[in-house]
Amino acid sequence: MFGKLSLESIPYHEPIIMGTVAAIVLGAVLLIGGITYFKKWQYLWSEWITSVDHKKLGIMYFLVALVMLVRGFADAIMMRSQQALAAGGAEGFLPPHHYDQIFTAHGVIMIFFVAMPMVIGLMNLVVPLQIGARDVAFPFLNNLSFWLFAAGVVLVNLSLFIGEFAKTGWLAYAPLSGINYSPDVGVDYWIWALQISGIGTTLTGINFFVTILKMRTRGMTMFRMPIFTWTSLCANVLIIASFPILTATIAMLTLDRYFGMHFFTNDFGGNMMMYVNLIWAWGHPEVYILILPAFGVFSEVVATFSRKRLFGYTTMVWATVCITVLSFIVWLHHFFTMGAGANVNAFFGIATMIIAIPTGVKIFNWLFTMYRGSIQFTSPVLWTLGFIVTFTLGGMTGVMLAVPGANFVLHNTLFVIAHFHNVIIGGVVFGMMAGLTYWFPKAFGFTLDEKWGKRSFWCWIIGFYMAFMPLYVLSFFGASRRMQSYANADWQPMMIVAWVGAVIIMAGIACTVIQLYISVRDRKKHVDVTGDPWDARTFEWATSSPAPFYNFAHLPTVNSIDGFWEDKQKNGAEALLSHGPYEDIHMPKNTVAGPVMGILSIALGFALVWHIWWLAAVSGAGIFIAFLMRVFNDDIDYYVPAAEVERIEREHRERWVRRDELEHTNRVEVRA
Amino acid sequence: MTTQTMSNQNDHTAGHADGHHEDHHDAGGTKVFGFWVYLMSDLVIFGTLFATYAVLSGGTAGGPSGQDIFELPFVLVETFLLLFSSFTFGMGVLSMNADNVGRVKAWLGVTFLLGAAFVGMELYEFHHLIAEGFGPDRSAFLTAFFTLVGTHGLHVTFGLIWILVMLIQVSTKGLNDMTRSRIMCLSLFWHFLDIVWICVFSFVYLMGVL
Repeated sequence: MFGKLSLESIPYHEPIIMGTVAAIVLGAVLLIGGITYFKKWQYLWSEWITSVDHKKLGIMYFLVALVMLVRGFADAIMMRSQQALAAGGAEGFLPPHHYDQIFTAHGVIMIFFVAMPMVIGLMNLVVPLQIGARDVAFPFLNNLSFWLFAAGVVLVNLSLFIGEFAKTGWLAYAPLSGINYSPDVGVDYWIWALQISGIGTTLTGINFFVTILKMRTRGMTMFRMPIFTWTSLCANVLIIASFPILTATIAMLTLDRYFGMHFFTNDFGGNMMMYVNLIWAWGHPEVYILILPAFGVFSEVVATFSRKRLFGYTTMVWATVCITVLSFIVWLHHFFTMGAGANVNAFFGIATMIIAIPTGVKIFNWLFTMYRGSIQFTSPVLWTLGFIVTFTLGGMTGVMLAVPGANFVLHNTLFVIAHFHNVIIGGVVFGMMAGLTYWFPKAFGFTLDEKWGKRSFWCWIIGFYMAFMPLYVLSFFGASRRMQSYANADWQPMMIVAWVGAVIIMAGIACTVIQLYISVRDRKKHVDVTGDPWDARTFEWATSSPAPFYNFAHLPTVNSIDGFWEDKQKNGAEALLSHGPYEDIHMPKNTVAGPVMGILSIALGFALVWHIWWLAAVSGAGIFIAFLMRVFNDDIDYYVPAAEVERIEREHRERWVRRDELEHTNRVEVRA
Repeated sequence: MTTQTMSNQNDHTAGHADGHHEDHHDAGGTKVFGFWVYLMSDLVIFGTLFATYAVLSGGTAGGPSGQDIFELPFVLVETFLLLFSSFTFGMGVLSMNADNVGRVKAWLGVTFLLGAAFVGMELYEFHHLIAEGFGPDRSAFLTAFFTLVGTHGLHVTFGLIWILVMLIQVSTKGLNDMTRSRIMCLSLFWHFLDIVWICVFSFVYLMGVL
């Protein structure tokens, strides 16, 4: 009836886990109670859960990502604490089987359930607005993608309460992840969480690729697209080409584990190194899926706040395209020690180093954009400056790792950990924080508090250097990664410094939470009446903040790169407002099928983890039926009447005309 | 993939004349293009499985090799069933372009029968192999073989279900923008599976027996 599931699957004897579980359950009860008390279920269901509005989906992606950032960071601080304690024979507070789950969960969560949803969330919020579209090409699929992603999030978190998570490292190398060495359900949770959310990601990739190629407004030629849209396009190409490899690889591991097949086993002709090749053939493009959109954010931020057109637009585009192509021919640098031979290693080493060239082009483009610009040192600019310094450093250690000879020494040491945190924190996290601050007003209609934003930046950058520079140093003394404890007590002082760094990063995360709280509290003070708070250059700022659900009353016409900026130069502030006569606008309707299929996917994943076959069959059939009902539903779109558009646009215009007065009274109100 | 319809323009043409075209983009065309992109991502899955098969085909672990178990005449019949089904589907699309609902249904029906016969033969082959003790857990070669061929067969099975859905929709809704673009996507899917099968036949069966 319950497959492998029994009451013993719940880790009662682990005080740390049960404490966390208690806190999460309490939080969930409060949340559900609050929603019920304030009678918000109807609102949540019709305005958010079933919404196909790309802006709302973007917000939901980012919200989930921020929550999971806290979860992933909790894992991080536990690891740092453990290593600060467990020196010279001490055991620390985390036993190996728990520590191994924590470093696995940390990596999986931070990449799949923090970095990816942040990137996809920003794409959702920004790309359709930047290209002057009303929505994405396939709005229902967009909703479904989100709920498949959310199903993955739920499965990862369920593994905390019921059973355990993988103890294999975030990529679950075979044969360790095979049934012989990992007979428990941890790897199965890993499999189904990634498989389900990965399918959602593939659908997102297809959706945005088609959106960018097919839904651009009049005059938005490819070489007039904002750089964020370009980098998103390339990231989506990478998703389309690489995520199917992940899907296939995880499916093969599944067949090995569930049906005793021999893809990656030691015996019966299986080939475990094929797993490592396949997983990195996806895994390396994946890191560019994360970093390219971050590059896009920095490009927008730098141009806007330097009050200059981006330096070298065309080279920026081609550098992005080069990186996209090159990212597929470097995967072997993750395992030079496989022993493929000198020629193969040399090829992949050199290919890896070549990536530094287009990346260097980008760095210089950003620097030259700032050169002689009138830079405003807002918090997005601080994140950008921090990125340029930190990422350049991380890029250099990356080139060091690309030397196969050096790699043989550094492989599997803390050097690798320090390097990829160097580029992921310094690149992706800083980029997403900059993007959050930059586009927040477009989503919510008010800007974020600058003071706490800057505090967050300083905590993150100082914390990063304190946490990871010691790891570079320790790696030269042979400290390997994923150590639950270590014999050499001389390493402990550096480990303690690293722990302090992690605590400072924690303060940075706290600053962001405070920033969000204060900004919402003082939202009238920070209100954005114009829709263009930064005096920016691209078309997402040509509509009101928050953007109306139809995005633009009239789709804009584009005459050049930074067309909105030129529009403002020519027509002044009138470029910010729309003019009648208005027309009916064709929009997609909300969908019930998306969330239903998402919820059923949770049941399906859970059933497959625990071998509860009847539940798997029922939920699988349910997903199919929900999909069929969607297929047979013709009532999926509607027209917004011109009068309604006119009413919304008139309100925006009136607010805009009274903007001085509004901002004045708001200030008075806040003071009072 | 098939469900996405930004607009069902037929319903709206009466009340909303030319003025809107700029906003619509070409919804049917976008859908077919999106489906092409999906097919390319699916092709990556097959590519991964082909590469895996290439790596593992020597890993027989003392079990049978391709030469021992493949029966070319049998597979040739399978192949021709699928090739003919692509032809009949093409006839169905021609009938659709000629607005002949009855013939569309007839050709889709023939395609379904041919596809079902293909899947039936594949199931027979699999059953036969497993019964002889050459199941997918026997060796890495058989693992890769069953997975590659089985994944293709699973796709054909989904194609069959999709044909049934389209038979129902064409019967109830007739030929409109939505059903037309869905039949176009299904047609792409079906021909795509045919091309994949030609690769399976060449690389797995022919080269296995050589």
